[in-house]
Amino acid sequence: MKLLSRLSAAGTAVALLVALTACGADEDPLSNSDGGSSAAPGTITVGSANFAESELLAEIYSQALEAKGLTVKRQFNIGARELYLKALQDGSIDLLPEYNGALLSALSSGGAPEGVSKPEDVLGALKKVLPSGTEVLEQSPAEDKDTLTVTSETASKYSLKTIEDLKPVAKDLVIGAGPEWQERYQGLKGLKELYGIEFKEFKPLDAGGPLTVNALIKGQIQVGNIFSTDSSIATNKFVVLDDPKNLYLAENIIPLIRTSANNPTVTEALNAVSAKLTTENLTTTLAKVQVDKQDTAAVAKGWLTESGLV
Amino acid sequence: MITYLSNNSETVLAALRQHITLALIPVLLGFLIALPIGYLGVRFPWLYHPLVNVAGVLYSIPSLALFVFLPVVLGTKILSPLNIVVALTIYTVALMARTVADGLRSVDRLITESATAMGYRRVRRLFDVELPVALPVILAGLRVATVSNISLVSVGALIGIGGLGQLFTRGFQLFYIEPILVGIILSVLLAGIADLIIVLIQRAVTPWTRVQGGRA
Amino acid sequence: MNLDYLFDAAHWDFSTGSIPQLIVSHLWYVFLALLIGLVIALPVGLYIGHTGRGSFIAINAGNAGRSLPTLGLLMLMVTLLGLGLLPVLIALTVLVIPPILTSAYAGLRTLDPGVVDAAKGVGMRPMQVLFRVELPMALPVLMSGFRSAALQVVATATVAAAVGLGGLGRLLIDGLAVNDYSRVLAGAIVVAVLAVLLDLVLALAQRWIVSPGLRASK
Repeated sequence: MKLLSRLSAAGTAVALLVALTACGADEDPLSNSDGGSSAAPGTITVGSANFAESELLAEIYSQALEAKGLTVKRQFNIGARELYLKALQDGSIDLLPEYNGALLSALSSGGAPEGVSKPEDVLGALKKVLPSGTEVLEQSPAEDKDTLTVTSETASKYSLKTIEDLKPVAKDLVIGAGPEWQERYQGLKGLKELYGIEFKEFKPLDAGGPLTVNALIKGQIQVGNIFSTDSSIATNKFVVLDDPKNLYLAENIIPLIRTSANNPTVTEALNAVSAKLTTENLTTTLAKVQVDKQDTAAVAKGWLTESGLV
Repeated sequence: MITYLSNNSETVLAALRQHITLALIPVLLGFLIALPIGYLGVRFPWLYHPLVNVAGVLYSIPSLALFVFLPVVLGTKILSPLNIVVALTIYTVALMARTVADGLRSVDRLITESATAMGYRRVRRLFDVELPVALPVILAGLRVATVSNISLVSVGALIGIGGLGQLFTRGFQLFYIEPILVGIILSVLLAGIADLIIVLIQRAVTPWTRVQGGRA
Repeated sequence: MNLDYLFDAAHWDFSTGSIPQLIVSHLWYVFLALLIGLVIALPVGLYIGHTGRGSFIAINAGNAGRSLPTLGLLMLMVTLLGLGLLPVLIALTVLVIPPILTSAYAGLRTLDPGVVDAAKGVGMRPMQVLFRVELPMALPVLMSGFRSAALQVVATATVAAAVGLGGLGRLLIDGLAVNDYSRVLAGAIVVAVLAVLLDLVLALAQRWIVSPGLRASK
């Protein structure tokens, strides 16, 4: 009987799948911390998150290191923080650009500690919660914050200036952000706990990327998570809502690195990058990638040359 | 698109190289694993239906899920290309085991019986008679597996390792069609070339199929 | 790593993002893609098979279609057309056309020419030959092509979630983004089970629509 054998096949396959995964039962699949990078010794593997700015910064780091004679392996566009932190811990990557506040919230259970929002405080708190075997270098004055952004039409229709203004109207609005927002404190959870806001619907899109921007323009979402350095805010005359309760902390760009991959040459090269990076020059440089569609590597090289780092 | 290519030739070439490796190693591995499995499905006829059905179910597991799960099962690092290689090998085996079995089953009994009558033992008969006769069917399956592997590799880009798929995600994040187009075109070309190579191999090793002419 | 997500009753109500709701949207994509694919590919495949003209297209459509990377096509379409159902349907339809087209062609081509001649001999007109003889007799081959198209599209429809749409791919993409492997596992299992069930339904449908006379000979 064909029907029976097909059903039993399905059963077998599902059982197999379950059995296989059960093998790995309680051990965390992603952290086989045997240390050491997969790349050859002496090379440093640079990773990035899955959005344009992270890739640009990772490319800047890579070229700055190469200028010091180091061999760099690029492993960009990995995914959201939840994923690339695992890659850092299992040694798949050694270094990547991070944002101090977002990283702090991600690493502190229950969100960032209260009253911490200034860059120095965030950095101090962050250093206490870093995963073992990793460290951060000097943070840059350049900031790129998560924002809640609306179109100017939506802003005037509901007279929105701050996130607090969303409270009475959120039940009619759809919010769009990266899928990780469902679980993050700095996503839907924080909005609910800190501001008491619950939206009609959450649309999982991308991390402040073009999907979110286009969905805002087309009205498929009314509120979007866009990064503050994104040139689309100015281009589309979007309104960035203020954050009076500091749900979004300082978001200074900071290199996060495996201690085993760090050495004085690396530290010196990356600290020099952080010192030259500002919110303004990051925004204009990012626009070259996002708006003019220039090659990331060429844009990174241009910035390093202008800054006198190569 | 030309300017995109000339500005990004290194990125594109690196992606292409990774794509070729990630797609073709599984084809070879999968082929070698599928041969004995397919044979078992013929040698023990009661195995055939379970084999076909398990293969069907394995093939319907979404590739992304498999890419994500293999580190759990294998203990590999999450960004290890090994995950992609193993996943695609599983798909290749799922596709090919059935084709191998079907190919061997399609061998005319008159042929095997005459071979036995001529004094062939089972193992020699398999290698000298049945496999060569079944080869056109098996190679047709290999073409399907190769081509679909080449197109599946790109899904790996969703977790940061996907050969030409990285051009898709990059273009998508910038709403910029050039890299996406380049990725699609190269991927299709690669599949076409790989397919052609298998066809040529098939012609070379099974000259008798050409006698009937025409039908490629 | 466990089955908590799959067996948590909270994920089985019909709210947005719940498993049943994702199954429904997933099946909706699958159904539409198969329907559109059928409407496009069946007439073309039958025409080529019936007349023998354009066989080259039918033979090569299969591999050409398979070689188009669905993820790339989908991202291209979303970039060109924006977020919505249309880009997903285009990408998935491209996936289902080749197997349907090729099997419709193969179904007609592999028929015993004597049968067709006999049909002509008893005075059937070309359309009658096609719809009363060739099509019914080609159904087993055609159905197997359709079933493989359906299986492929059920597994592949998960990529829709990568561009912000729904379907069971949400469990994979979201689970990956928030590092919740239990959710990814739930997604993989539900997709695989759905594929098996759909194949089963199609197998039953095949029994029902294929003439008993043909079954006996197979």
